[in-house]
Amino acid sequence: MLSAVGDAKREGQREDVDTVFASRYVQVGLPKFRMPDSETPKDVAYQVIHDELLLDGNPRLNLASFVTTWMEPECDKLILEAINKNYIDMDTYPISTELQDRCVNMIARLVNAPIKDGEPAVGAGCIGSSEAIMLAGLAFKRKWQNKRKEQGLPYDKPNLVTGANVQVCWEKFARYFEVELREVKLREGYYIMDPVKAVELVDENTICVAGILGSTYNGEFEDIKLLNDLLVEKNAQTGWDTPIHVDGASGGFIAPFIYPDLEWDFRLPLVKSINLSGHKYGLVYAGVGWVVWRSKEDLPEELIFHVNYLGTDQPTFTLNFSKGASHLIAQYYQFIRLGHNGYKRVMQNCRENALYLRDSVEATGYFNILSKREGVPLLAFSLKDRRHFDEYDLADNLKRFGWILPAYTMAPDAEHVTLLRAVVREDFSRTLADRLVRDIIRTIDYLKNRAAKSAPLVPIKPLPTGDKVARIGHEFLRRLREKAASSRSQGVC
Amino acid sequence: MLSAVADAKREGKRDDVDTVFASHYVQVCLPKFHMPRSETPKEVAYQVIHDELLLDGNPRLNLASFVTTWMEPEFDKLILEAINKNYIDMDTYPISTELQDRCVNMVARLLNAPIKDGEPAVGAGCIGSSEAIMLAGLAFKRKWQNKRKSQGLPWDKPNMVTGANVQVCWEKFARYFEVELREVKLREGYYIMDPEKAVQMVDENTICVAGILGSTYNGEFEDIKLLNDLLLEQNARTGWDTPIHVDGASGGFIAPFICPDLEWDFRLPLVKSINVSGHKYGLVYAGVGWVVWRSKADLPEELIFHVNYLGTDQPTFTLNFSKGASHLIAQYYQFIRLGHNGYKRVMQNCRENALYLRDAVDATGHFHILSKREGVPLLAFSLKDRCQFDEYDVADNLKRFGWILPAYTMAPGAEHITLLRAVVREDFSRTLADRLVRDIIRTIEYLKDRAAKSTSQFTPPVPRNQVPCEDNVKRIGEEFVRRLRLKAAASRSQGVC
Repeated sequence: MLSAVGDAKREGQREDVDTVFASRYVQVGLPKFRMPDSETPKDVAYQVIHDELLLDGNPRLNLASFVTTWMEPECDKLILEAINKNYIDMDTYPISTELQDRCVNMIARLVNAPIKDGEPAVGAGCIGSSEAIMLAGLAFKRKWQNKRKEQGLPYDKPNLVTGANVQVCWEKFARYFEVELREVKLREGYYIMDPVKAVELVDENTICVAGILGSTYNGEFEDIKLLNDLLVEKNAQTGWDTPIHVDGASGGFIAPFIYPDLEWDFRLPLVKSINLSGHKYGLVYAGVGWVVWRSKEDLPEELIFHVNYLGTDQPTFTLNFSKGASHLIAQYYQFIRLGHNGYKRVMQNCRENALYLRDSVEATGYFNILSKREGVPLLAFSLKDRRHFDEYDLADNLKRFGWILPAYTMAPDAEHVTLLRAVVREDFSRTLADRLVRDIIRTIDYLKNRAAKSAPLVPIKPLPTGDKVARIGHEFLRRLREKAASSRSQGVC
Repeated sequence: MLSAVADAKREGKRDDVDTVFASHYVQVCLPKFHMPRSETPKEVAYQVIHDELLLDGNPRLNLASFVTTWMEPEFDKLILEAINKNYIDMDTYPISTELQDRCVNMVARLLNAPIKDGEPAVGAGCIGSSEAIMLAGLAFKRKWQNKRKSQGLPWDKPNMVTGANVQVCWEKFARYFEVELREVKLREGYYIMDPEKAVQMVDENTICVAGILGSTYNGEFEDIKLLNDLLLEQNARTGWDTPIHVDGASGGFIAPFICPDLEWDFRLPLVKSINVSGHKYGLVYAGVGWVVWRSKADLPEELIFHVNYLGTDQPTFTLNFSKGASHLIAQYYQFIRLGHNGYKRVMQNCRENALYLRDAVDATGHFHILSKREGVPLLAFSLKDRCQFDEYDVADNLKRFGWILPAYTMAPGAEHITLLRAVVREDFSRTLADRLVRDIIRTIEYLKDRAAKSTSQFTPPVPRNQVPCEDNVKRIGEEFVRRLRLKAAASRSQGVC
């Protein structure tokens, strides 16, 4: 930053008393490609970087994301106090290590792992559900390979069955760990994995079937019980012993509190591992996830690295090594601070506010509602009339009021469906819900006005004729494909 | 926490005015297995958890670790401001995303990646060097597989060559991604990978050879240039085209500033990727690492996921997805705050203090020095006389003064060597170095005293220049080997860095 203006001192300029904005440091842009040669005073460095970051979206108004955007100030204190603790150093930070273990124990019991009182659960703290899923997938792959080797059968073509609505981390797992991903395609009106179709895709090379409790697209819970029952039948016929993994990234911290009778977890015998995102409805900031296994048998010993911690064996199974301890401590704080009742109350509030939002948005008359009343508390909706403007226009214009409410296309084979998704997180009050509805209505009014004033977009109905058809068709398909191609990875959750 | 005492209200007790330590919440322990049924007031939850954490070691006095334990308070402000930003949401947080890209560009140029001015570098921000190494390894594996497939040759037995002194994440990579790990064993007096032996272990199935700039054990820089030259020769003969990865977790942020003439990075033609730990000498708190590739050609396209961000293509290649933005922003802050000169001054201070510590500890006469004068600024040392107490005793007793200075055994091939390691991080001043030396001396004196007072409670290991009588030999030998094995088994995973 300095090198450009090193010698260009203005008359009377004194670096030791200049305020940030009186100094020469704000005369040049922050460097983008090369580290600057000289130092920058700390208040200047802080201020200029802070200021550029003002142009990031406001996390609190980011309605696309399930990831926690608010915690109590007491937790901020704990976070800062632990910021310089390297979690993996279990010898030096035995308490932090134990707090993680307590979280694993509590989560395992929350999801009904068949463990006795006082028995340590099998699980790990991760950076997020991506790492958790990769660990779970690795365990399934290795277990399946070992079984096949024992049986003297080929073990070079493992596959995994999921719905096409899976989050991108499953694709990553498949691609990086060389497992074929078999996706059950969606269809209009049915936006989650069909258990019947899933079980049909299973063969002897299937390492597991992965169901989602809380699809990223519309928040729906898949029917894990039906999946379990169908797979139990098939396993009895084939002897393949195919297991289930439940991606509870969102739903895992919701269902136990407000749908306790829904059987989706270790109560189902084929469920061998579950992941949850601590940073979604676990109510912690981005950077913590959990994976739990049913029992020791479900986690092949050869994947575990052993650390000898004060004489006790501390097994570890993670992809990441050094990382901060703050978020794991924050998770424990939340478990103590809220307890079962507190989490239940938060989830009930979220559900009520989501239903309120749903009813209000539906009442405007402009939208089809694509999410269900049960599931993750969110609203997924699409326009009834897309002749003059579409969901992308709505999303773009809602930004003017401060809201970040992106538009997406559904997963294959329903990518012709475009939708908007507003997630109701812990920190989305009824007041904000009201404002959102009002601003949606204002935006629709604005867009209608604008459409009335300008030439209309090519309407979808009635169909044009002759030489136009091909051109429009190509253009439309091209845009669809682009959006579909970007929609998977843009499915930020 | 409440359920146990919910009904046991003392007379006159009022939850709403009780201080934390007057309340009933401190009458029971924090739960360990079950989430409590009820809520706990926030100041109580904070206080009780904070208090239990008092029993963690003090990060500033943890001399084992290379990982940054201090940053300026301005940075704490930036952390909290970004704590609720989910970095992966590039649409919502385009500035944070761009700050990461700027860091990749700066790191790549620091490492002499052959890119033009204004050209974006190929790299990624990670949680740490573990993720970075897995990504680099994945790229090598996939590239090698593709090459073998196109040649119609078998591609089911990939291997990689490293030294036995590698950090545990290489073992993880090998085990999880099904690559055979071929380790060059160490030997007494030579505690890093021998490039000649490494090149001998290479065959047509080798996906890469990994050298370390800054061994975790003793901070030494491996001779990457020699490795490059020997491998070039071998490649010319065999046609295998085996590439190199440099694990610059520690050294990657040191060498460019105080050994700029040392050729270890992309200046060597076979080096295709490098990882550096932002949270070691990148001077950021735990949770950020970087991987950079020489060029696009070194990162197979099929591993990259594409995000369409405001119309521009944003390629991503990471294992983790959602994570906080704070540490990436912190790295950029440091690059701006310190600049080249600032980093150089910090590294020079570290080096001077490490040399001071080395000379002072050497001068006590009690120790062998196992680290070199060049390399990562640390001191690795072992006792000259282990008859009455060993390095583990020194480590345990130094704790009484507050220092955390663990003892380890060397990697396979030299696991009979036990050592202590004191890493000189940015925040280790000359004053602290002085104190450490004084406390080491006091500890030695205490241990000698203790040994002199007690009867033979400590079975001495076989002294090197004395052979005990027959019936003792076997017993002592067995006991010694058993302890060695225990420590060796613990040492790899305990090699925290």
